[in-house]
Amino acid sequence: MALRTIQAEEITRNIKEMCIEANHFLSPDMRRVFENAVSEEKSPLGRQILGQLQENLQIAGEDMIPICQDTGMAVIFMKIGQDVHIEGGSLREAVDEGVRQGYTEGYLRKSVVGDPLERVNTKDNTPAVLHTEIVDGGQIEITVAPKGFGSENMSRIFMLKPADGIEGVKEAILTAVRDAGPNACPPMVVGVGIGGTFEKCALMAKHALTRDLSEESSVPYVRELEREMLEKINGLGIGPGGLGGTVTALAVNIEMYPTHIAGLPVAVNICCHVNRHARRVI
Amino acid sequence: MDKKISVPISRDDASALRAGDYVLLTGTIYTARDAAHKRMQETLDAGGELPFDIRDNVIYYMGPSPAREGRPIGSAGPTTASRMDKYTPSLLDMGLGAMIGKGKRSPAVKEAIVRNGSVYFAAVGGAGAILSKRILSSEVIAYGDLGTEAVRRLEVKDFPVIVVIDSLGNDLYETVVNEYRTI
Repeated sequence: MALRTIQAEEITRNIKEMCIEANHFLSPDMRRVFENAVSEEKSPLGRQILGQLQENLQIAGEDMIPICQDTGMAVIFMKIGQDVHIEGGSLREAVDEGVRQGYTEGYLRKSVVGDPLERVNTKDNTPAVLHTEIVDGGQIEITVAPKGFGSENMSRIFMLKPADGIEGVKEAILTAVRDAGPNACPPMVVGVGIGGTFEKCALMAKHALTRDLSEESSVPYVRELEREMLEKINGLGIGPGGLGGTVTALAVNIEMYPTHIAGLPVAVNICCHVNRHARRVI
Repeated sequence: MDKKISVPISRDDASALRAGDYVLLTGTIYTARDAAHKRMQETLDAGGELPFDIRDNVIYYMGPSPAREGRPIGSAGPTTASRMDKYTPSLLDMGLGAMIGKGKRSPAVKEAIVRNGSVYFAAVGGAGAILSKRILSSEVIAYGDLGTEAVRRLEVKDFPVIVVIDSLGNDLYETVVNEYRTI
């Protein structure tokens, strides 16, 4: 197949637009699960909070005020076709320039410090956290997922033993969600990575948050596990805003990968109800 | 029924509130989050003065997004309060009237709330657009170099909060969860 040339500035422009879009409009799958949550919630206060959150979404879109003031650290997944040639600048700079323009021109909060210990704000929300993967074909798929840290701080990794098995995995997920409680701005979306290595399972948990919520795992027993864990989490009683109720999570998305004979890594990446993900193919 | 309370908050008002009360705040409050708390503590340690009179005032743990032209503030919802737990008991002992945030507090913060007859409110996390509509004005009064983490004076009208920890030490997060827990 012939090489396809994509200009670096096209990547910048798309990422800029997606940063602004993701922070003002939730994707249709998120809006759908929100509507279901309102009809399922049994707590009157919980329903009131969900109603406020829906009104918040409406105001955000109409008045162009970010859904949440924590407009996140920009996490970007790129699937780059192996037949693509990027011209006119480096990919890394094109991505960061898109974040810079999006967060500056879009009135988004600059929440990134340049050094984790010295803690001086970079003032343009760069750098992004960029995950690239080389795939077949001549296109680039970009997912922009600005991640807030109220929920990020409550995320966990568990290096379980093979003998802990599926029950150990279930307990790990419940422990993470129970400990997160009101801090993670429930109702949450729970991304889970099972298997791989330490870093692979964390990355899968993050990626799982970007999956369309109308889709379930393609593996039948994992699909069952997703449904079972959603039900169990909603039995914890945490509820919207952590103020009690029957809707603690909107979805549980699980990704799996082969692992080592000695290990069973489990990562739980928690996202608040502002689970932002914009996706485009260029 | 919603209770309307004016802020700064009187000790009588603060200590009379009970976990679960739905409250609308009107008046002046101050924002401070992680970096501002660190700096306030350093200032106190060095024998300096806080950027505002702490007595009976309310701190809102919040760092807004930038305001568009013609608006007082951008998105303006609460941040997780527990990150400020380290600094909070001494501020309460100095007279801090109340705090607005989200999420759990440490046992030491709860004890200081009880000891001082103050109150911890939660605002709804992730509702920054709707909450911004209850903020009439915003002015940076200290630590401008911290950007979103600067200390701001806000004028609020009917700002909606829920009492989570009251002056008797009741904690709404602990009690309500049991009502709906099935596992």
